[in-house]
Amino acid sequence: MIEVRVHGRGGQGGVTSAEMLAIAAINEGKFAQAFPSFGPERRGAPVIAFARVSEEKIRNRTKVYTPDVVIVLDPSVLSIVNVEEGLKSDGMLVINSAKSVAELRNEYGFKTSLAQVDATHIAMEELGLPITNTTMLGATVKAVQSLIPVESLVAPLEARFGRIAARNIKAMQRAYDETEIDII
Amino acid sequence: MTKKFNEKAWHEYDLGFMVSKPGCAAEYRTGDWRSQRPQTNKDKCIKCGVCYLVCPEGAIVLAADGTYDFDLEHCKGCGICATECWTGCISMAEEGE
Amino acid sequence: MAKRVGIEVSLAISEAVKLANVDAIAAYPITPQTHIVEHLSELVADGELDAAFIPVESEHSAMSVCAGTSAAGARTYTATSSQGLALMNEILYIIPALRLPVVMTIANRAISGPISIWNDHSDIMGVRDTGWIAVFAENGQEAFDLSLMAFKIAEDHRVLLPISVNIDGFTLSHVIEPHEFLGQEEVDKFLPEYKPAVQLNPDAPVSMGTVGIPEIFTEAKKCQDEVLKGSEAVVKEVFAEFGEMFGREYKVVETYRSEGAETLLMTMGSVSETAMEAIDKMRDEGKAVGLIRLRLWRPFPVEALRAEMVGVKTLAVIDRAVSFGGTGGPVASEVRSALYSIDQAPYVASFIAGLGGRDITIDDFIMVVGQAERMAAEKEIHQYKMIGVRE
Repeated sequence: MIEVRVHGRGGQGGVTSAEMLAIAAINEGKFAQAFPSFGPERRGAPVIAFARVSEEKIRNRTKVYTPDVVIVLDPSVLSIVNVEEGLKSDGMLVINSAKSVAELRNEYGFKTSLAQVDATHIAMEELGLPITNTTMLGATVKAVQSLIPVESLVAPLEARFGRIAARNIKAMQRAYDETEIDII
Repeated sequence: MTKKFNEKAWHEYDLGFMVSKPGCAAEYRTGDWRSQRPQTNKDKCIKCGVCYLVCPEGAIVLAADGTYDFDLEHCKGCGICATECWTGCISMAEEGE
Repeated sequence: MAKRVGIEVSLAISEAVKLANVDAIAAYPITPQTHIVEHLSELVADGELDAAFIPVESEHSAMSVCAGTSAAGARTYTATSSQGLALMNEILYIIPALRLPVVMTIANRAISGPISIWNDHSDIMGVRDTGWIAVFAENGQEAFDLSLMAFKIAEDHRVLLPISVNIDGFTLSHVIEPHEFLGQEEVDKFLPEYKPAVQLNPDAPVSMGTVGIPEIFTEAKKCQDEVLKGSEAVVKEVFAEFGEMFGREYKVVETYRSEGAETLLMTMGSVSETAMEAIDKMRDEGKAVGLIRLRLWRPFPVEALRAEMVGVKTLAVIDRAVSFGGTGGPVASEVRSALYSIDQAPYVASFIAGLGGRDITIDDFIMVVGQAERMAAEKEIHQYKMIGVRE
């Protein structure tokens, strides 16, 4: 089972990214869960969402305490939230940042495997908005190949985003291609 | 003979203890609750029907000549008809011993 | 096997209600139930479900409208949570007394205060004695299945009582997970059109909700109690029929790896699946531990529970509500009463956990089992223990 935690700010679509991941995995015949860190909607506040993906039926319904994958949608939360909390030592940190992997390691002391992409830049170019949830999905499935194939996200994104789906899919594909991965 | 409502076993009542026979209150004699009895001076009756409309018990019945009579089996003697009667043709009389 | 669809549990419930082809829905939005009736109102507005969706100004009105539509012979559905359920309280008693088969989803949420929108069972425990049948779902699939079965149980002419399908707020209502849906034809075969035994009809008038004077009130309550107790047999029948038709088996009391177990953990609701993970872990370590899960809360399945107690020495009951100043958690108290008179009744340890949205983790379950076994060995006299409290 792969456990995922998504960090973002309220309104950035962190919950949606967890949901897209789960729906894509279920469409692939896997088992999956996605859920928000339950509570009132708080636009702008640092928020988290969770997903689990597994080949077998998932029974654990607690929050994800020891994730295998942590996705950071917004670089500004890095300085206020310990995004590494509970992350397994062989886990993967997927960060939206304009900084390089080496700069991120140097600045925050990240010890686990690390994937970096400038998702805000891609999102601004493709969507015209700094909403990085779909872009970061591309980075995530590139960094963690065992999750789901990137193509499997196309149908859920089309169902969710309707007429703006094509742009989101392009942003996701670009992130998939541009993500820099540093395996420890 | 059918059992009275307060003699039935718990499983003998209608579903949800509803009353499934419309108008069954008419089966209960309430006329003997009365201490005063309505009476009419039919000479003054203008057949307006106000007494018929206001009686809470439906104890006022239309007579053949268009005036109104009292169903004394059910009239409880509340006196609303006498109070509301426009011409004052209805009055309340003491019931005897 | 049907294809698994990834969808939020709340929406899966709405789809079940749509497949049940309800005639009337009256509801007031409240977190975490909102997505269910929101989606139903969309289905009605889009013409996908031919039902009267009656918006109301409070839950008290919602349940009152349900009484009216159900009395008029409509298949009736509502959903609520927490304070909403509490506001319905007065009318909740009326529905079973009038023998109206209303179906309600309760997305279980703590009752305030402090104000909490998160999950526990204090809402359903507060309406325990209103005379409704109450079942609990452990996952989205069960929530979907039980929502369909609920109509069949409630509308059976041997029952004609309302039923609540309890799903844990957020931990079920807001989770996207795989569901296997049923087709309309299959559902229609399982759940025929509702045929009311009596309905309000100007051509054959009846009076519902009349006065019950002391000479008949006791008989009325006796009747209600007998019918509720008798509904357990119908619940089992419907579970069996559903299992036969669709291959998913349900029991009023469920077990997991309980064979030969000396200690049983007891749960109700969505924590049960997490508890299974804990049982697997303890079994792997060679401990004779199993799990027992209450699916049917009302009527309380006394015989089915007793049948699972052979060889059991310790029962660790998890409650997700407090009966303040009482003798145990609400479930534990019932269990103690149900087992008091049997030979070699197990030691029943009562734990309160998972209040107002706090997780009960795999490690918590393992800790609880260890603590219960210690308490049993020492024959510790206790009423209940709240676990995970900062001292």
